[in-house]
Amino acid sequence: MTWVLANLGQIWELTVAHVLLSIAPIVLGFLLAVPIGWFAYRFRVSRGLVLTVCGLLYTIPSLALIVAMPTILGTKILDPLNLIVTLTLYAIALMVRTATDAFDAVSTDVIQSSTAVGFGAWRRFWQVELPLAGPVLLAGLRVVSTSTVSLVTLGALVGMSGLGYLFTNGYQRNFPTEILTGIVGTVLIAVVFDILLVLIGRMLLPWARVDDAARRGAGTARVKAVAA
Amino acid sequence: MNLFGDAFRWILEPSHWTGPNGIPNRILEHLAYTGLTVLIATLIAVALGLYIGHTGRFRGIAVSVTGAMRALPTLGLLVYLAVLFGLGIQFALIPTIIVLVVLAIPPLLAGAYSGVQSVDGRTVDAARSMGMTEWQILWKVEVPLALPLILGGIRSAVLQVVATATVAAYISLGGLGRYIIDALPVRDYTTVLVGALLVTILALVLDGILILCQRLTVPAGVRAIRSSPGQRSTTKSASTVSTAA
Repeated sequence: MTWVLANLGQIWELTVAHVLLSIAPIVLGFLLAVPIGWFAYRFRVSRGLVLTVCGLLYTIPSLALIVAMPTILGTKILDPLNLIVTLTLYAIALMVRTATDAFDAVSTDVIQSSTAVGFGAWRRFWQVELPLAGPVLLAGLRVVSTSTVSLVTLGALVGMSGLGYLFTNGYQRNFPTEILTGIVGTVLIAVVFDILLVLIGRMLLPWARVDDAARRGAGTARVKAVAA
Repeated sequence: MNLFGDAFRWILEPSHWTGPNGIPNRILEHLAYTGLTVLIATLIAVALGLYIGHTGRFRGIAVSVTGAMRALPTLGLLVYLAVLFGLGIQFALIPTIIVLVVLAIPPLLAGAYSGVQSVDGRTVDAARSMGMTEWQILWKVEVPLALPLILGGIRSAVLQVVATATVAAYISLGGLGRYIIDALPVRDYTTVLVGALLVTILALVLDGILILCQRLTVPAGVRAIRSSPGQRSTTKSASTVSTAA
């Protein structure tokens, strides 16, 4: 604890760097994955291809991609862009799958009704498909956010800033407290991001709560029936 | 792009295929860590997952605990345990396996309990009304029907472990991560790329084999009726397309 208090300045700096490195991939990944996922859901031809590419992309080990990035992008090894591009690709790979499932889960009846009352493709997307896919999209985004925050620490192996620095430095100095501080810090960032996402979801998707409560009610009813 | 050419030439060089730092030995080490981890993690997580899925108990706890486990940074946990145990280089395997098991448990557990829970309640009730014991219901009804999702969990666990076993080299273990970790400080980016390529190829090959296993072990009845969720949604979008046309 004394070490933490004595180094609060540095820990704070690393935390800020960590947060900044995490936000870009999460936001970019989400913004890119939703249209790709919608495409895969809407056009059957693109579906197999898109989902296969995403599956393969996710198979590439993160550390491998980070260290290969300078060769692919022509950047310097210490350029934060390497990490951001890598993590954005991961976020997309994770999120497209969820986005496709999210749009799939929107009831066909609702979509057909909206077409019947005269919604065009554009309006239907914004006013019917996207809002109804929202809760599942949010669940996917929460997974992406947690994994991104944790993956940023790998950047320390290639000399990037962020809380991962406390891992490599603490290991070299044989100093568990420093490493533990890094772990706790990383988990805290992930938790704060998660809470923020849930709060944003509550504000933007008030209908998700009603659904949730209804489903939970039905679920307990079923469990009770089985028990009886 | 020339670096890729160099990397492939490096891989094809015969002298890199022998000895303790040779490619076959590094791949074997990598596979050994992965195999050991997935074995231990499967024993723990699938047993727990089947219990949770069958009884419906502790599901909420399982969801939040696995979520929290996903947030744990692997590298941090690895170096923390390595320093804490202070066992030295010979015993670096113990913290590594612990960390990789922690990493592998969430997808395995999720696959197992969601697999069992995805089984139609009516099917389970039918089995129960025919006089099957709970144990028989689990092994003869729920497990076979949940197998695609259980194997899906094993598949994503293997992929994550293969990818992350690279980091074990940082605390002086072998495996393909050696190439990356050894070459980074001396700025030998060709060898770094070699490590990256080999891990990627290994992951892709393992994924291919596991997809094959997943297809082969699914009971024929399951394949006919309700295979993967992807397929179900394909039929759904097919109907959407046909009605739109």
